Amino acid sequence: MKFQKLFKAALMASLVGACAQQLNAESAAPVSTAAPSAKPFPSTYKPLPSQTTLIRGATVLDGKGGQIDNGSVLIEDGKVVAVGQNIDAPAGAVIIDAQGKWVTPGIIDVHSHLGVYPSPSVSPHADGNEATAPVTADVWAEHSVWPHDPGFGRALAGGVTSLQILPGSANLVGGRAVTLKNVPSRTVQGMKFPDAPYGMKMACGENPKRVYASRGPSTRMGNFAGYRAAWIKAADYKKKWDDYAAGGKDAKAPTRDLELETLAGVLSGDIIVHMHCYRGDEMAQVLDMAKEFGYKVGTFHHAVESYKIADLLREEDVCSAMWADWWGFKMESYDGIRENIPFVHKAGACAIVHSDSDIGIQRLNQEAAKALADARQASVEISKADAWTWLSYNPAKSLGIADKTGSLEAGKMADVVVWSGDPFSIYTLAEKVYVDGALLYDRANPKLKPVSDFELGQPGRGDAK
Amino acid sequence: MKKAFVLTYAALLAATPVAAETIAVVGGKVHTLSSQGVIENGTVLIVDGKIAAVGADVPVPNGARTIDAQGQWVTPGIFNPYTYLGAAEGPSGTNSDHSGADNAPFSAAFDVQYAINPYATAIAVTRIEGVTRAAVHPSSSQSIFEGYGALIHLGNANDITFKPRAFASVNLGERGALRVGGTRGDAWVALFAAFEEAQGAGKGSDHDNYLNRLDKEALPSIIEGKTPLFARVERASDILNVIKLKAKYKRLNLVVLGASEGWLVADELAKSGIPVIVDSFANLPQNFETIASTQENAARLEKAGVRVAFAPLSAVGGATGNARLVLQYAGNAVAHGMSWEKALEAITLVPAQIYGVDKQLGSLEAGKTADVVVWNGDPLELSSAPTHVMIAGDEIPLTSRQTELRDRYQELNDSKPFAYRH
Repeated sequence: MKFQKLFKAALMASLVGACAQQLNAESAAPVSTAAPSAKPFPSTYKPLPSQTTLIRGATVLDGKGGQIDNGSVLIEDGKVVAVGQNIDAPAGAVIIDAQGKWVTPGIIDVHSHLGVYPSPSVSPHADGNEATAPVTADVWAEHSVWPHDPGFGRALAGGVTSLQILPGSANLVGGRAVTLKNVPSRTVQGMKFPDAPYGMKMACGENPKRVYASRGPSTRMGNFAGYRAAWIKAADYKKKWDDYAAGGKDAKAPTRDLELETLAGVLSGDIIVHMHCYRGDEMAQVLDMAKEFGYKVGTFHHAVESYKIADLLREEDVCSAMWADWWGFKMESYDGIRENIPFVHKAGACAIVHSDSDIGIQRLNQEAAKALADARQASVEISKADAWTWLSYNPAKSLGIADKTGSLEAGKMADVVVWSGDPFSIYTLAEKVYVDGALLYDRANPKLKPVSDFELGQPGRGDAK
Repeated sequence: MKKAFVLTYAALLAATPVAAETIAVVGGKVHTLSSQGVIENGTVLIVDGKIAAVGADVPVPNGARTIDAQGQWVTPGIFNPYTYLGAAEGPSGTNSDHSGADNAPFSAAFDVQYAINPYATAIAVTRIEGVTRAAVHPSSSQSIFEGYGALIHLGNANDITFKPRAFASVNLGERGALRVGGTRGDAWVALFAAFEEAQGAGKGSDHDNYLNRLDKEALPSIIEGKTPLFARVERASDILNVIKLKAKYKRLNLVVLGASEGWLVADELAKSGIPVIVDSFANLPQNFETIASTQENAARLEKAGVRVAFAPLSAVGGATGNARLVLQYAGNAVAHGMSWEKALEAITLVPAQIYGVDKQLGSLEAGKTADVVVWNGDPLELSSAPTHVMIAGDEIPLTSRQTELRDRYQELNDSKPFAYRH
């Protein structure tokens, strides 16, 4: 955050200077005197209207490993107020009798391309990879997000209340990611998770070296040279700004550079690294590179071989965002096993279930269920309550929003799902989905099922979407 | 014990198939998918690779090996009706995908049987999840016709193809149109041209050469209905065009593959008798031929009387590494309104019917091939797994290179370098 203030000050200084010059030079072109924003493209999200709601009689998973049978969750002013067994309903509360149903925190998907590769997936909509240079740290995924992607509503019906939209993995550095609340909105700013830190997407392995084979990088070693060159420049840029901050009133602000600004944000710890990486040996090299430049890898994505280095991942406190069972479509995913998630969990490392799919995001609870079943087959016993950490608390931690959501605890955002039954069953569906206490999806109420602009007037409108 | 071991070893040496073993699966909840229905506490008797008897009181012969299925479920082997198993190893960039190619010299004449490798990694990975049979489809070509597919079992054998040239496929949606360098208006004209040429083939008449000789010769058995033709279409209007094709070429044995918008023309499909293979997860307007996609597609088709089968058509690796997920697709359809019984049929009996092998496969009935799976719970439920998988009476080990990797990495410590853990 220090970074933002510094260059806001610099911008103001430069504009004032420019103004003075213009007046003196009697130039024709007018100069804006509006103060620039230190936080450009701010979130305009406001929780939608909600009512005091008591959900009672359910099996409640708190998202952090706790399970309350015959439990209740009280929501007030958009927050979880109480979770327990005997909670009285305040006067006027909406009471949801949830006998036989389960209640969990909303699912958080840390790896989605909704909006940047929306439906319909046609070339005019292909906005997820700025595949014009290996390092494009200057682009921000949110500038590609189409809020009317029908996929958002489908994800909501699958119990997803927050999600991270990332650039794709064509590039060594793909650009900034953005964390969104899964709410219908005319603008992406209206979805931006308030005060969430930014993420930055990186990718290792086969994709970048295939995309840039003709001009480089064309090998894994070329990939690493590419990252390290970028970090060197970023470190230099950061130093210039640090010196400027430490310097006196006459210090001249460095020229703002969008790319280096994002990379330097990682070095200063403000921006979280999310790195697409499959192979265990490659992840180990990335961790060394992070040490070389003094930054932390937040989460490895896909991480198909995390099971091979789960002890290292625990030591380095890195999360792994994984699939239950995808494998084999690339050489680097050839060694995928169904026990990846449970083995990472068993080793005490942070395990997350992610989708990287507009279809997969609709059933992340099923992914967790498959992982849980495969764990049991391998004699690794993990409770359902613990497994839900893969879907809400650990993803929240990965995105730097665990203080605000990701678990059902007093004071946190009421991002809550009521399921028709045990969410680890294939037959279970989300019945009600709340974001900040507002009921945004109700399977029983056609009016409370979002229909994106694109879907209006299309065949199937009025269908159960 | 020692004597028995020697005998077994000798049997292997003599290359006698282990399928000669007599196995009695006893005490399970048997889903026969036949007129016998569900038999609580039933027995399935397997002799010489075939089902000898199914029932509540089947005597078990001396010398039979007994599998105790108490508290477990017993079903026919799962049949995935759309895969590239054996023909495509999977990883991109490895030249190991021989399921089809956009720039290959042949299209209708392409024959996938030559591409099938029984030792492809995905075979074992798939069968340990209860999938015993698969249809191997051509994946692409340079024209609308994609060529001949084959049927395989996933058992232990040097040759797993039990029906080569079992069916053919044609792509009549957006992709097919692109391949002929044009639009649907061109693709369908191309289809008619090809059929006309094929019917004139060998009659010495002066026909246009739209197709090369081999592609032309591949078509008559399709037109005569001897070879089922799978039409890859998603959009309602395309499905109607396929149904109309049957009015023109009456002997065609048609199956629709995809049918995302099938529910919009469910009555027409039911009337035509044409079965469909659908992806039960598909519910997004991913392009302009799948706008009306919905997860209730299968349930609505079932209600209208259409025969439905499932395949993971759009999953990453759904035709290879994740062909095993076909069970999750069936369960998902139940969650969205399909009956459980029809969902199980959609991945067992209906595929057998579609491919014309339902005399041997698809249900647990005396005389049929002994593809039998024992499960520790509801096979469609995510928490369940097979405990025994028999393919033509041969029980396959529940191992794959993935289980070996799992075993190797169970304990992460420095006790022994991982390479020596095997």
